[in-house]
Amino acid sequence: MSEWISSGLFIAGATLALLASIGVLRMPDVLTRMQASTKASTLGLGCLLLGLAIRNPELSFVIRAGSIATFMLLTTAVSAHVIARAAARGGAPLWKGTVVDERLPQTHDAGGPPA
Amino acid sequence: MLTVSLAIASTMLALAAGLTFIRLLKGPTLPDRVIAIDLIGVLMVCLLVVTAAATAQQAFLDVAMVVALISFVGTVAYSRYIERSQS
Repeated sequence: MSEWISSGLFIAGATLALLASIGVLRMPDVLTRMQASTKASTLGLGCLLLGLAIRNPELSFVIRAGSIATFMLLTTAVSAHVIARAAARGGAPLWKGTVVDERLPQTHDAGGPPA
Repeated sequence: MLTVSLAIASTMLALAAGLTFIRLLKGPTLPDRVIAIDLIGVLMVCLLVVTAAATAQQAFLDVAMVVALISFVGTVAYSRYIERSQS
């Protein structure tokens, strides 16, 4: 029974990672690409680590899996924030269908659409 | 059952890394490439977790932890460099 659950979790995590890479390849914009890549690092890796912990229910595996999951959940937010700030300060061009642009006014002159 | 699912999962992760590499080569701006490198690091961690599940060796999880740490530090360093070179 646990074999079936961990197999399903492995397939689900790999599917989420593949969807994230397809999103990074096909999204039109820096910020939307960044939103797509978050799926692999939180939910995809979480599914894979949960499947590993169910497959090997020993203390050393479970502690390492939990610490990797906690570390990735903490650092993904920080790195996404830093990349987004660098892209916004540099005036990265937005997708032409963007409805609301709430970046600071002095970052608009490099290419963002006017409000 | 489990070996089949592990093989399918590692194949899908390798395909995902290949697709991300196309974005790394194409990427119009520099933050696009940084996002692609960050995602490749995450996919490497995922592949190491799948390898640890396939071989039941816990050393791969230590390697995954180190790869995640280095990928995070590299992403932050690239972003600071981009931001500083623009101002």
